[in-house]
Amino acid sequence: MHRLPPRAFMVVALVLLVLAVLLGLLVGPVQIAPVKLLTLWSADQDMDGRVLELIRLPRVLLAALVGACLASCGAVMQGLFRNPLADPSLIGVSSGASVGASCVIFFGGFGFLGSGLGLPAIAIGAFLGGMAATAVVYRLATSVTGTSVSTMLLAGIAITALAGAVTSLFSFFADNEMLRRISLWQMGNLDSANWHRVMVIAAVVIPLVSVLPREGRALNAMLLGESEARHLGIGVEQLKRRLIVLTALGVGVAVAVSGVVAFVGLIVPHLVRLLIGPDHRYLIPGSALLGAVLLLLADTGARTLMSPAELPTGVITALLGAPFFVALLLRQRRGLVS
Amino acid sequence: MLEAQGLSFSIAGFSLLRDIDLRVEPGKVTAIIGPNGAGKTSLLRLLTGEQRPTAGNIALSGRPLGDWSSTQLASVMAVLPQSSRLDFPFTAREVVMMGRIPHATGLVRDTAIVDAALTAVDGSYLDKRFYTHMSGGEKQRVQLARVLAQIWEPVTDHARVLILDEPTSSFDLAHQQLTITNMRSFAAQGVGVLVVIHDLNMAARCADQLLVLSCGRIAACGSPQQVLTATTIKQVFNVDVSIGINPLTGTPLVIA
Repeated sequence: MHRLPPRAFMVVALVLLVLAVLLGLLVGPVQIAPVKLLTLWSADQDMDGRVLELIRLPRVLLAALVGACLASCGAVMQGLFRNPLADPSLIGVSSGASVGASCVIFFGGFGFLGSGLGLPAIAIGAFLGGMAATAVVYRLATSVTGTSVSTMLLAGIAITALAGAVTSLFSFFADNEMLRRISLWQMGNLDSANWHRVMVIAAVVIPLVSVLPREGRALNAMLLGESEARHLGIGVEQLKRRLIVLTALGVGVAVAVSGVVAFVGLIVPHLVRLLIGPDHRYLIPGSALLGAVLLLLADTGARTLMSPAELPTGVITALLGAPFFVALLLRQRRGLVS
Repeated sequence: MLEAQGLSFSIAGFSLLRDIDLRVEPGKVTAIIGPNGAGKTSLLRLLTGEQRPTAGNIALSGRPLGDWSSTQLASVMAVLPQSSRLDFPFTAREVVMMGRIPHATGLVRDTAIVDAALTAVDGSYLDKRFYTHMSGGEKQRVQLARVLAQIWEPVTDHARVLILDEPTSSFDLAHQQLTITNMRSFAAQGVGVLVVIHDLNMAARCADQLLVLSCGRIAACGSPQQVLTATTIKQVFNVDVSIGINPLTGTPLVIA
């Protein structure tokens, strides 16, 4: 398979991103005329203008940021685990977040939790749950000789199973209303987008997406093997720690604001790797761009397919993502691709 | 010069290496031979700083190995492990280019070095091919080119060191010869070359100094003529051989 030059790919992805943003802004239960875009942030807004500013724009930005975050963290995880099929949820963030979220839904309130950032308690609970689970996985895999990536993989599976059981326990004892909220949260949804959430995730994702590509060369060397990377002068242990903290933070925030959006972190880096090759210096920013585009399109689909009802975004990404992924695998096995 | 004195190494109470003295001199090829499990790879791990010896000292250019920062060390010492797994579709050029990570010589110079390193291992034709699609021997050549590129030119006044763990295990005859040529030409530039090798005749042809490891100890050390004797080989490998002279190179020829 021929690769695209990374720069050309970035340009195309940027154009796609702009188009996806416009589509996301204008399409929905209410179709909005493109001219109304000019009334954004102006005083003389009609109803459409306010829908754009208060509902559509934050949602579009949230989708783009969450998509960029999950996809670039996925690219980093696949590099760190030296496995093109790794997923950011491997280190336990998503399942830990589910425990945190369902715990808050079950016990209610914890009013103090959300007071600091003005975020709902569920989001804070999810974030804390995700961080706690990752910390446990990391500690289990770390000894005096350093962090073992393969132990981390196994510890991640164990903690994910354990967290799944705890979430099931909460669901089991929950009443109907709670049960519905827990399962909706787990499907991953962007419908609670507002400017506040956009600000919170932007504050994490924008620095993250600009810092991660700088580790690209080191991650490339890591793909050769840990001792090979060490012989190339890479501080392997520090690198692993840094990347695990950064991805846990990124995925934790993404999950906190949008629930578990499946498949973006797995498929997007995989697809970008097929298109432009495995060099992380381009793979990470490329995945961020394409992740933003794909989650935006999926979310626009979620809002419009059954309009006026909304589907959970995570359901759309999984519905489209899983068959697409299988198709990629089959093509690869037949040797048509890369 | 890479110099080790009184090295011992044990893991979980098992003594893997005992009392090893070794000098990898600039401009010379030192080969380590010995039966499986003799501790050859463990010794390399100690010498490259990957693991710390239980006892003994290692110094590179007169400075204890532990005092070198990982970047400094990587700019003068290149290490080729026995086997490397790489499951991502990098091209040969991209893999070899990774050897330039420790240096800040700029893209133009790096590209020239990568070209030269690929040519040196007869891998120019692999340039744009995907690593994942190569044969075992081709992969090994690309990895060899990567470590050659890493110490292609001197960066400081410190002598460079090239450490290869069984570099020719999946090479055909022509590429085995080419690897000997490469080791010799790096040595001729003043690089200290240390190689673990199984083929005794190859060791005899490429090395200035042979070190025989047996059960974690040095069983013999010296020039190929001194070391490759029927008695030593019987003692270490428990195989009866007779020693002739290679008519082409004049080096000992082990006939088993």
